[in-house]
Amino acid sequence: MATIFGLDYPTLWFLVVGGLFSGYAILDGFDFGAGAWHLFFRKEESRRIALNAVGPVWDGNEVWLVIGGGALFAGFPVMYATLFSAMYVPFMLFLVFIIFRAVSIEFRSKEPMKWWRATWDVAYSISSIMLAFLLGVVLGNVLQGMPIDHEYEYAGGPFFEFLNPYALMVGVTTLALMMTHGAIYLLLKTEGRLYTKLTLLLRSGIIFFVVSFSITTLYTLIYIPHLSDNFQEDPALFIVPVLVFLSIANIPRLAHKRKYSQAFLFSSITISLLLILVAIELYPNLLLSTLDPQNTITIYNAASSEKSLGIMLTITAIGGPMILVYMFFVYRTFKGKVKLDDTSY
Amino acid sequence: MEVEILARIQFAFTIAFHYIYPPLSIGLGLIMVIMEGMYIRTRNKEYETLARFWTKIFALTFGLGVATGIVMEFEFGTNWATYSRFVGDVFGSALAAEGIFAFALESGFLGVLIFGWNRVKPWVHMVSTVGVFLGSMFSAVWIVVANSWQQTPTGYHIVGEGLNARAEITDFWEMVFNPSSVDRIIHVWQGAFLAGAFLVLSVHAYYLIRGRYVEISTKAFKIALGVATVFSLTQLVSGHRSAVVVAEHQPAKLAAMEGHFDASAPADMYVFGWVDKEKQKVIGLRIPRGLSFLLHYDFEAPVTGLNAFPLEDRPGQVNAVFQFYHIMVAIGMFLIALTLFASFQWWRGRLFTYRWLLWIFVFSVLLPQIANQAGWFAAEMGRQPWVVYGLLRTSDALSKSVTANQVLFSLILFTLIYTLLLALFLYLLNKKIKHGPYDEAKEDGRPLQEEIADAVIGKS
Ligand code: HDD
Ligand code: HEM
Ligand code: HEM
Repeated sequence: MATIFGLDYPTLWFLVVGGLFSGYAILDGFDFGAGAWHLFFRKEESRRIALNAVGPVWDGNEVWLVIGGGALFAGFPVMYATLFSAMYVPFMLFLVFIIFRAVSIEFRSKEPMKWWRATWDVAYSISSIMLAFLLGVVLGNVLQGMPIDHEYEYAGGPFFEFLNPYALMVGVTTLALMMTHGAIYLLLKTEGRLYTKLTLLLRSGIIFFVVSFSITTLYTLIYIPHLSDNFQEDPALFIVPVLVFLSIANIPRLAHKRKYSQAFLFSSITISLLLILVAIELYPNLLLSTLDPQNTITIYNAASSEKSLGIMLTITAIGGPMILVYMFFVYRTFKGKVKLDDTSY
Repeated sequence: MEVEILARIQFAFTIAFHYIYPPLSIGLGLIMVIMEGMYIRTRNKEYETLARFWTKIFALTFGLGVATGIVMEFEFGTNWATYSRFVGDVFGSALAAEGIFAFALESGFLGVLIFGWNRVKPWVHMVSTVGVFLGSMFSAVWIVVANSWQQTPTGYHIVGEGLNARAEITDFWEMVFNPSSVDRIIHVWQGAFLAGAFLVLSVHAYYLIRGRYVEISTKAFKIALGVATVFSLTQLVSGHRSAVVVAEHQPAKLAAMEGHFDASAPADMYVFGWVDKEKQKVIGLRIPRGLSFLLHYDFEAPVTGLNAFPLEDRPGQVNAVFQFYHIMVAIGMFLIALTLFASFQWWRGRLFTYRWLLWIFVFSVLLPQIANQAGWFAAEMGRQPWVVYGLLRTSDALSKSVTANQVLFSLILFTLIYTLLLALFLYLLNKKIKHGPYDEAKEDGRPLQEEIADAVIGKS
């Protein structure tokens, strides 16, 4: 089997997909998070500023979902097909909310009536909350494993199986993390009274996250022991959970010092580290079968051919750096506090 | 069976809805590049005003394109799991290329294009406009390559058997340049340019009729008319080339397009008609042996007909394929006539003297849209009963674990939310058009803060 740096192609593509998902979680994470707080802002001006803080970027952030989804389809078609058809209902809801959210952003400031704006504000906030939550729910289901039969087809119930206690908890934790992340982002983008209010909200956000994260961690350790197998085999990996805790602890510390750019860096790092943790827990599995370990989907039985992966890795190596360059360019153009003008929402 | 029908309805509905917006985004992209290019060359502020105005409308079509496109990508996995496993290895590289080269390019520059007018120098803005335009062109390339591979697969081999069979790529470039891809990409691009150009024509014709924004509307109208004339003509050429490829690689589809049943006989061409599948004949206005001539430049050349194929390998909806195809061609011919006539009047210097002509342009905006939809329906329904031509049947392509109720549930959800989306689109479009390129009440036509912003960043 061909390798680069000692890693075989499926492993490399696993890293690419993981990288794209964490890029997505960081980017759409802050704008879902910002949306989740929306109803806490009372004044019209504050709401508009908060909305315009995500205005120029939310569309671009969603592209990471497109690319991540495409990368999963391309590299691990079996996983993509099984996961998406198994999680039919949550994914369909996700699509509906993502459209609803886009509609709310576009509609909201187009008419001056109070009831009009209030309605879209509610729609915007609820869809942001649901999107963050649903992402977590799907993750929770993946971590837990699903009934997968010998043809890698999902064999569970169609409608409500995805709503199990563990998945719900991962969902809430994801929401809490994104809300913390989003509040920090808004702090970077706002001034005056809204800024003051956000410092208070951020504090509640951090508490919410720490509590839900602790409960989920305990639950994982007690009820889903198979996830710690990889750690027992290679104790050096234990560094990752330690880093997670350090990184989380850093957020309130920096927030307290008003160093929000650094706090944002650390909330982003926390998101990546948590996903790295997930990756280690799973590797080389992608989706554990609860029916028979033989049916588990791994990066090897789900992967595209080596030829195909090779082509895709080449494409990524050429295109990846280009993306980073213009991402940098775009964020530099829009850095700084929000100012409303005629191009605003 | 029920799942199959529902899943097909859902796919057809969501893709047709998606395809309202991409052609507008691609086509407006071209027009914006021209307008902004004219501004940079001539430094005439009118072109900048136009470019800014159309950027706002572009932002709208683009936003809806993205929102509905994400649905398409998810739907492959949710509804067509077997299909996804089958084609994943081959589509993988095309999709990866699309995501990385096209979508990232589009969305990277989109922020600057829409929100950057007051923040960056004109040439930086121009680069962003071109970036977004090229991004949308590329994204069309890769998605059409994927679809063309489904129509005329090459560069792969099959591994595994029965329901576990899947296609694996053997040659990337052979996959990309499969027999139908180049002609179809060009055809799709041009269809998109026409959709964009006719939207511009429609809006500015309306302003001209109402006597608003007259100066800039004549400029915009001429730009768009130039684009529309050129691509109406070339569309005929690329359409013809597509038909030749279809005749060679998907004879059953071509036979359905013209309602040609005899296994091997010279074939007629119809201007319009109605296919009677039972009696195996077409009633309508025909050009005897026209199809034989167009394909082989010989009136006597035989063309393979539907009866040459076993029943289970023929497209089921022959009349529908026939009608969609003929609607597209009829619209194509009408657009050629319209744009040539208008260009002729332009040359005579009388373009804006005929109100009725302007009114025709106001309503013609629908025609390229209808032709685009009809073209896809003809191409995709003509491919049936195969999803991947000759390799995988549509009925085998479904997600086995997904039930009819689930599909029905999502279909209802999408119908509701898409109704809302369409309302949003029309509402915002109407609002933007009513508001116009600038505030006529103000003397110099540009918002004060733009002037100030220009002064600050040193634009002339
Ligand atoms: C002719 C071109 C064309 C065709 C046939 C399709 N699309 Fe599309 N799509 C585009 C041209 C396009 C575009 C021009 O790139 C879009 C539309 C408007 C836009 O703003 O970007 C886009 C957006 C778009 C997006 C959002 C991308 C983004 O964030 O920029 C996705 C995920 C898809 N499409 C996926 C699909 C799928 C899965 C299709 C087929 C089943 C499909 N599109 C057909
Ligand atoms: C915007 C462009 C497209 C349009 C308007 C379109 C239209 C359609 C329509 C109308 C059907 C249903 C045909 C029927 O049920 O008889 C269909 C089926 C299908 N198309 Fe397309 N299509 C487009 C692009 C694509 C692309 C790019 C792909 C793949 C990369 C694709 C893959 C499929 C598949 C898998 C089906 C299966 C469902 C079925 O056969 O009913 N389509 N398409
Ligand atoms: C003027 C005469 C035209 C001819 C002879 C023609 C011919 C064709 C043919 C043969 C196909 C099927 C290709 C395939 O299945 O592989 C096709 C598809 C299509 N046509 Fe046309 N066309 C014409 C005009 C137009 C116009 C004016 C538009 C839009 C403005 C248009 C948009 C499309 C689209 C979107 C498709 C589906 C994509 C594809 O399969 O290429 N066509 N056309």
